[in-house]
Amino acid sequence: MDRMNPVTTVTGTAYPWGAKNVDTDVIIPAHWLKTVTREGLGRGAFETVRAQPGNLFDDERFAGSPILIAGDNFGCGSSREHAAWALGDMGITAVIAPSFSDIFSGNAFKNGIVPVVLPQEAVDRLLEVARTDPITVDLETMTVTTPFQDRFEFALDPFRRQCLMEGLDEVGLTLARDTAISNYEAGVMQHRPWMAGERANAGIAVEGTGRT
Amino acid sequence: MASRPLTLYEKIWNAHVVEQRPDGTSLLYIDRHLIHEVTSPQAFASLRAAGRRVRRPDLTLAVPDHNLPTTARMDAAGRRLPIADPESAQQLAALAANTAEFGIRYIDEVAPEQGIVHVVGPEQGFTLPGTTLVCGDSHTSAHGALGALAFGIGTSEVEHVFATQTLLLKQSRTMEVRVDGTLGFGVSPKDVILAIIGRIGAAGGTGYVIEYTGEVIRAMSLEGRLTVANMSIEGGARAGLIAPDETTFAYLKGRPMALAGEDWDQALAWWRTLPSDPGARYDHTVMLHADEIAPSLTWGTSPEDVVPITGKVPDPDGFADPSKREAARKSLDYMGLTPGTAMQDVPVEHVFIGSCTNSRIEDLRAAAAVANGRRVPDSVRAMVVPGSGLVKRQAEAEGLDRIFTAAGFEWREPGCSMCLAMNPDKVPAGERCASTSNRNFVGRQGPGARTHLVSPAMAAAAAVTGRLADVRELMGSQSQ
Ligand code: SF4
Repeated sequence: MDRMNPVTTVTGTAYPWGAKNVDTDVIIPAHWLKTVTREGLGRGAFETVRAQPGNLFDDERFAGSPILIAGDNFGCGSSREHAAWALGDMGITAVIAPSFSDIFSGNAFKNGIVPVVLPQEAVDRLLEVARTDPITVDLETMTVTTPFQDRFEFALDPFRRQCLMEGLDEVGLTLARDTAISNYEAGVMQHRPWMAGERANAGIAVEGTGRT
Repeated sequence: MASRPLTLYEKIWNAHVVEQRPDGTSLLYIDRHLIHEVTSPQAFASLRAAGRRVRRPDLTLAVPDHNLPTTARMDAAGRRLPIADPESAQQLAALAANTAEFGIRYIDEVAPEQGIVHVVGPEQGFTLPGTTLVCGDSHTSAHGALGALAFGIGTSEVEHVFATQTLLLKQSRTMEVRVDGTLGFGVSPKDVILAIIGRIGAAGGTGYVIEYTGEVIRAMSLEGRLTVANMSIEGGARAGLIAPDETTFAYLKGRPMALAGEDWDQALAWWRTLPSDPGARYDHTVMLHADEIAPSLTWGTSPEDVVPITGKVPDPDGFADPSKREAARKSLDYMGLTPGTAMQDVPVEHVFIGSCTNSRIEDLRAAAAVANGRRVPDSVRAMVVPGSGLVKRQAEAEGLDRIFTAAGFEWREPGCSMCLAMNPDKVPAGERCASTSNRNFVGRQGPGARTHLVSPAMAAAAAVTGRLADVRELMGSQSQ
């Protein structure tokens, strides 16, 4: 059950955006969320930005770029994984920014998109380079490089890096820990039986509790 | 046995570790899983494709909210009315079908308990202190008000919880946000959390779990605490915690899904051990005093753009940070505001009282107290959307609906409504809304919509004056 394509390097043009606090409502507006599949969301990606003439995402020089460069706190706001699906659908496999929201970066990993954290100075330099030249994100060496000898090292959680590079299915990996999970549940049954579920979730009482 | 003093967060975390891994991540057990129609269909589809089942359907609860129109759901004869938007209808039908297939309890759209997931969880007693609770929705942080470690997750994680009842997580850093003193006249929990976010910034809590402490939090009702914890995510923190105390226990006792009898007594004994130990260390502490907090609102398109209602639209040139200056310029352009304008001189066309931040009974009471005997001008469309069917009934029993409708507010069915532009309730482009919701992002309430986040009382004040108004000037002066 590998859902993800393995990612080892990402090379190509990059959208030199640099915007801070890009929230997931900007990445994919809510009205695109009424889908029951993961596909086709690229069409709605950055819809409000694209409504502006001369925007970066409709600039031919950057069409189909696999990399996006942004500012602090990329992907803040709503937890919608649709944001990662939309980026993936428009062909983005790496986002470079000084920081990411926790939820977005988790969603990115799980969809084969590398969130690369670099200091602001490095991001500023890459924004400059990306206007004219390609950029390479390499998971093997954990570096971002440019044709001009720039070389910026970044860090990734080792497990997440492995999942990305091998395209692993996290659910499958955890299911293999079934015994540990069952043991934990048995422990709860013994020590905090009230939390175990069956009884706690006994029923929804409807009638006039009058308490809201 | 002398052990290191622990924080509330550490105690809950420790009680849920299934396995610790050498790389510092842990497999954490999840006690409660809330789902809704928007972030679950793809998770169910993946489960089905892989031939997997939901490990603990009994720990999972489903409620539709985001998509649901807030107009009547049944006709006079009690027949269900169809949902006009075909995509919304499809998503809602998928939730009903998926929950039936996988054996998950489903509160459907005509059930009296239906409402916004984050209102329903606490109200039903599904949310309990010391539990881990997740939902595919970032405002899951709200449940931390009851001392549950609660946070939003993405759809892949929803699938992970379905299949394994666990999540793979790294422990967060802890931030104490301490608010001491006594809140002034007209200052509400919403103003407290707006002030906190104004202070720490929209990314200030990234990587942290916040614990709210201090006299102001202790004195707050559970409803108020839910408002505060709800917006933790707007400060970048995935979760916000408030230690359970007598207020929490009194709120929970007797709720349908909360515990009873001996279970309750045993749970209570454990819950009382949860608050952070004296001397427990946080990675970071932020202190605010109640005297610094006035009725507040946002002026821009980030929840950190907070000013007191007596303040003015800021001048972008006043920001030292160049990127902040640029962001402020863009925000003001989008918001259609001129630097130096008094906030109270800004007219509004819409008022929205609702959302998981402020749609509980106390919120509606606070708004009704201001609306009582006043009138919404024709220039304003104002709506009140209770957070759940039970809140709605309670409000109707108290006559709040009649106060609102007499003043010219719309009184609607529970759901997310105008908090996000996913159902028919939207703010038209270029129009301005005083909203009790939690996000003032570009396009959040509709493409081009301009949002000012406020408390319920401030929203009611805006509705009856037709502008952003200082609720203190309207309080205690209306005809009874
Ligand atoms: S009310 Fe708004 S913030 Fe709350 S769950 Fe619904 S859409 Fe999300």
